[in-house]
This record gives sequence, C-alpha cells and structure tokens, in this order.
Amino acid sequence: MKTMKLALAALASTLLAGSVLAQDKPKELVVGIATFLSGPASVFGVPGRNAADLLIEEINAKGGVLGVPLKPVYVDEGAGTNQLLSEYRRVVQEQGAQVMLGAISSGSCNALAPVAEDLKVVNVMWDCGTQTIFEDGKWKYSVRTQAHAGAEMMATLLYLMKVKPDFKSVAVVNQDYAWGRESWALLQAGLKALKPDVKVVAELFPKFGAPDFSTEITRLSALRPDVVISTSWGGDLDTFVQQAAARGLLKQSTFVLPLAESSLERLGNVLPEGVIIGSRGDHYWRHPKHKDTPEMQAFVKKYRDKTGVYPIYPTFHMQQALTGLVKAYEKAGAGGKWPSKEAVIAAFEGLEFKSLTGTITIRQDHQGLEDQLLGTTKRVPDYPFAVYDKMALYPGKLVTTPLGEKSLDWFAKVKPDLVTDKSIESFDYAK
Amino acid sequence: MLLLAALDGLAYGSLIFLVAVGLSLIFGVLGIVNVAHGSFYAIGAYVAAAAVLALGAAGLPTWLAFPALLLAAALVGILVGGLVEIALLRRVYGKEEVLQLIVTFAVFMILEDAQKVVFGVQPYFANAPMNWLGTVEVFGIFYTTYQLILMPLVAAAVLLGLRFFLRRTSFGRAIVAVTQDREAATAMGIDATRVYLITFIIGAFLAALGGALASATTSLTPGIGAGTLVLSFAVAATAGLGRIEGAAVAALLIGLGRSAAVYFAPEFDVLIPYLIMMLVLLVRPQGLFSTVQTRKV
Repeated sequence: MKTMKLALAALASTLLAGSVLAQDKPKELVVGIATFLSGPASVFGVPGRNAADLLIEEINAKGGVLGVPLKPVYVDEGAGTNQLLSEYRRVVQEQGAQVMLGAISSGSCNALAPVAEDLKVVNVMWDCGTQTIFEDGKWKYSVRTQAHAGAEMMATLLYLMKVKPDFKSVAVVNQDYAWGRESWALLQAGLKALKPDVKVVAELFPKFGAPDFSTEITRLSALRPDVVISTSWGGDLDTFVQQAAARGLLKQSTFVLPLAESSLERLGNVLPEGVIIGSRGDHYWRHPKHKDTPEMQAFVKKYRDKTGVYPIYPTFHMQQALTGLVKAYEKAGAGGKWPSKEAVIAAFEGLEFKSLTGTITIRQDHQGLEDQLLGTTKRVPDYPFAVYDKMALYPGKLVTTPLGEKSLDWFAKVKPDLVTDKSIESFDYAK
Repeated sequence: MLLLAALDGLAYGSLIFLVAVGLSLIFGVLGIVNVAHGSFYAIGAYVAAAAVLALGAAGLPTWLAFPALLLAAALVGILVGGLVEIALLRRVYGKEEVLQLIVTFAVFMILEDAQKVVFGVQPYFANAPMNWLGTVEVFGIFYTTYQLILMPLVAAAVLLGLRFFLRRTSFGRAIVAVTQDREAATAMGIDATRVYLITFIIGAFLAALGGALASATTSLTPGIGAGTLVLSFAVAATAGLGRIEGAAVAALLIGLGRSAAVYFAPEFDVLIPYLIMMLVLLVRPQGLFSTVQTRKV
C-alpha cells in the first residue's frame, strides 16, 4: 500500500512538474520587439526592425522554432517610458507574447526588467548597454545577448593604450544623458588606473540632439588635447564629426569614437584616416575573420537588397538576440515537448551560440560575453567611406567585468598587462 | 578666449534668430503661438539637403547650392506654410488659445511623421556648401566661413529686410495696420485674409530658411524640429513675443551665453538659454522689449 502511495505521489509530481516544464505547442510564437521607431534613436531602431523582419522570415522559412513560426509585434520605444511599459504589458497580456525583445535604451531596459518579472515573460535585452542591470539587480526573466558598456569601454581603453600609448591629455565630448555620462565615468576610472598622469583638459556634455558643436570645437582647437573621446552616436556623432572635420580638428587630435561603425557609410569621405572606431561589440560586416563566411555574405546581401545600405551593429545585435532565442528554445525543448517560459530562461544560462561574427556565451548572471572589435580608419579605393584597419579583437571574457564585480570598481584596478594580453588578435585591412 | 566664445555665439545666435523671428512675426500679427514652426524648420532643412545632394549627384557646380537653399526655403514656406494657413489656421483665428495650440501641435505631429515617411530616419547631411566656402583663421583657430560669416550676414539681412518691409513698403504697412486693428484695417480696404496668409508664409519661410542654412552644418534626424522650436520659444519669450529687433538681441544674448557656458561652466550649457529666459521674465514678465499693454475691454 505504502509503495502504491509513493508511486502515485511520484506520478502526480511528475505530471505537475511536466505541466510547468512542458506545455502544448502554440500555433505561433508571438515575439514582442521593443525598438525605436521614432525619435533620434530610430537610426538604430529601424535597422534593428529591418533585421528582425528579415531574420524572422528566414527562421520561419526553415520551420520556425521547434516547428512553431515566430510572429513579431513591434513596440515603439520612442513614445516614452510610460507608453512603452503599457504597450509592453499589452503585447504580453493581450497578444499573448511569450518572449519580449526589449530594448535599445538603457533607460527602457531598466524600466522593463521588473515588468518582465511581474509578467513572468522571457525578456531578451537585445541592444541596451548599461552594465548596472545585472550588476545591481538580479532578474530571473531577463537575459542580455550581447556585451555591456563595461566590456565596450574596456576594449576601447585597451585599444587606445595599444595604438597611442604616449598621449598626455584627453578631452571628452559626450551626449548629455545616461550613456554619455556612464561611458565617460568608466573610461575615466580606467584612465586613472592605467595612466594616472594623463590630464583631462575638458569634459563637455552638449545637449542630446544638439545641432551645433562649434563652441566645443573652438575650445578643443584651443586646448589641443592629444586625444578626443566621444561615445556619441547617430545624428549627434555625424554632426560633430562633420563640423570638426571642416575645421581641421580631426587631424589635430586623435579621435576615439567607439560607436562610429554605425556612422561610417553615412560619413562617406568626411572621416579621415587615423580615427579610432568601434561598434559596441565585434560587429562589422567586414569582420576580419567572418567577412567571407556564406552566412555573413548572405546576410549582408539580403540586408542591402532590402535597405540599400550595409548592416550596422544593431542589426547584428538583433541577429544575436533571435539566434540566442532559437537556441534556448531548442535546448529547453530538446525532449520534443514545447518548453515553458521558465525552462527557456533556464536554458539561456550557460548557453553558447554562434553569431555572425563570433561566439556568444551567456553567463549565469544572464549577461552575455561578446568579443569586441576596435580599429583605426583607413581610406581605400574599394569603398566611398572609411574602413577598419589595424584591428584588434578582444575576447569577451578578457574585457567583461568578472562575475560578481562592479564595472566601475574593476576599471579602477585594471592592470597595464591587459593591454598586451596574448588572447588579443590583430588584423590589418584586407580586400 | 572671450573673443573666441563670442564668435561661436554669434553664429549660433544668427541661426536661432532666423527661426525665432518667424515665430515672433506670426504671433505678433496672427496672434497664434505656432507649434508647427519647428516642422517648417525641419522640412526646410530636409528639402534643402535633398536639393543640395541632387545638385551634387547631377555634377553641377557647388555654388548653385546657395540659390538652391534659398529656393528650397521659399518653396517650403509657400507650399507647406500656405497650405497649413489656408486649410487649418484660418478656421481658428480669434478662437480660444488652447484650440489654436492644439491645432498647431497636431500639424507639428503630422508633419513630423510625414517627414519620416518621405526622408526616412537615417541621419541626412549635405555639407557641400559649408566645405565649399572654406575656413578662416582667427588667432590660430579655424572657423568655417559659412558659420562665421555667411550665417550672421543672412541673419542681419533678414533683420534689416524685415524692418524695411514692415515700415517702408505699403504691404508692410498693411500688415502693421491689420495687427493693430483688424476691423478698422478691413474697413479701410485692406484684405486682412491675404495679409494673414502672406505673413504666415513669410514666417514659415524664415523657419525653413533657418533649416536650409543649418542643413549644411548639421545632421538631419527625426526630432530636429522640436529641439529648435523649444529654443526659439525661449528667444521669442525673452524678447517679448512679436518683437523683431528684440528677437535679434535675445538670440544674440542666448547664443553668447551658451558659448560662454561651454568655456567657463560646461555643465550649464543646456541650461543657459532657459536661465536667461527665466531671469528676464522674472524682472520683465512681458519680455525684454515689450511694453505693458492695457487690456482692451
């Protein structure tokens, strides 16, 4: 009798557990995607959506995720946080999204993480960079499929130290909002540790979306710093570079523009040689190791056919988020059953998957490890815009803040031997 | 240092003057606070940039870009400004201010989206006119001739031109008459409807001209209209809405204040225009150049 009871209890618990872990296969997997469709950040948001449309079409053509087709529903981040939060809830509760991809802005990600916990929905942070999300908080349902600002700024700093080790003064011109301030705080902490004698001659934070940087440029021209850093992006970066180039400033100081990959094609012949550039990761359609792979060539061709321009980093971030999602579902649903949301998020932990430009590993704190590619601009006859040269590829593991540590503290104690670490690979421009 | 800051302030002030003076003119004559003014600036910029890029693509000489900028601004003023006035604003003159604000705000939102549909969201720039004019050196610092000389010259020409137009030409005088008393002016045979239309078109043209001039120096992205609108409101409010010379002085004050901030207190860069506005309005709530008017019964 006792055995019978035990067997029944075991059976009941298996059934119960099964009901949590596996559910009926839905007709479609609704994926909510929060991205900027309006406002200045739509320079990233719209390419992200274009890439998502293209990639989801591809995934569905191959039979979808575990045989279930994906259905994207877009939510505009540009409408403001309040609107974003209510739209996010609506897509989950009324449209039945099981997965949300959110978002681009760090502010949005900070606001969405607790909502995702509340709704118990898998939330893939597909582009936002703030390192504090998983350093200051623990989020069961959120995961990030790319690096954070810590890794991006560390690689930038190491590259600058590698190619211009003897600089004595530096100035910064960043956009006056969270990213501009946070990225500079990290760089400054690292600079203090690696080059304590370097002099910061100007810290300028022009208004986000400023149409004119003349005064900043005049001041920099007068101060003549060895290095000018700007983590600006989009229209702000284009305007700054354009105005600085017209007045000869780009030749006077070494410019460090960690987000310039996304502006290269637009800037055309404005950006001279010798500018340090990056792409918030290892993304580059001319990636030295992956530019000729059939996957990359097909992606670049399809993206160009659709939009007329080369893909920029948010499109690669979208590719990583969707690939990671598919792989997590496949891992969680390996037994042939449709996995629960909890099983999917659990599958993300320790997941390793190939992106178009490398391998992404999701750490147990749900932070992705992603390589970082930095380079120096070069003008070649093959393209009407600047390309990467003297590239350095930093392994994600090397430049990402170790688990359990905070980026600012880690930057403050970084050692110079990291600059010449053996795991860093170097490449020159190749046709 | 102060001189360098002043030169930048002059260029910046010139640009915001062009936009603010149009806003001020429209308010002074039509009594409407035109939120859609920001859209005229943005569309003027986009159309001008498109024209300059098209000229470049056709292999035509760069100097042609300058008449193209002017033409683009005029087109936007006449077509977009004219359409907005005839189709919408005409119906709300003399109505509640809230209604007027909502109507112009709606136009602003619609035009913002229209601009995205037509020009996309990728930053757009056409810097050929700026580069063509080259640079000038002042104390070892290079300035673009375009920003340092051309923009202030255009602003001065607009200021003098407007003054001459309003005070010395018969149509200008008709505008002043309608502003003072629409009924009496109409009774004297002035076509007030036409005066309103043309004033609105001039205002819209000035905003578009500001945009067209800016298009050579800055990247055009969604949202540029809103940023400029807020700043030109600050200028117009500092001067006293409806004051043309006042707008010039206020724009210069704000331009100089902002550049001085970048030199001496960068943290105040964003705040300075509004700080100036607040200080002025605290001391003179009617603006720097307006006189207190007794309310008509």
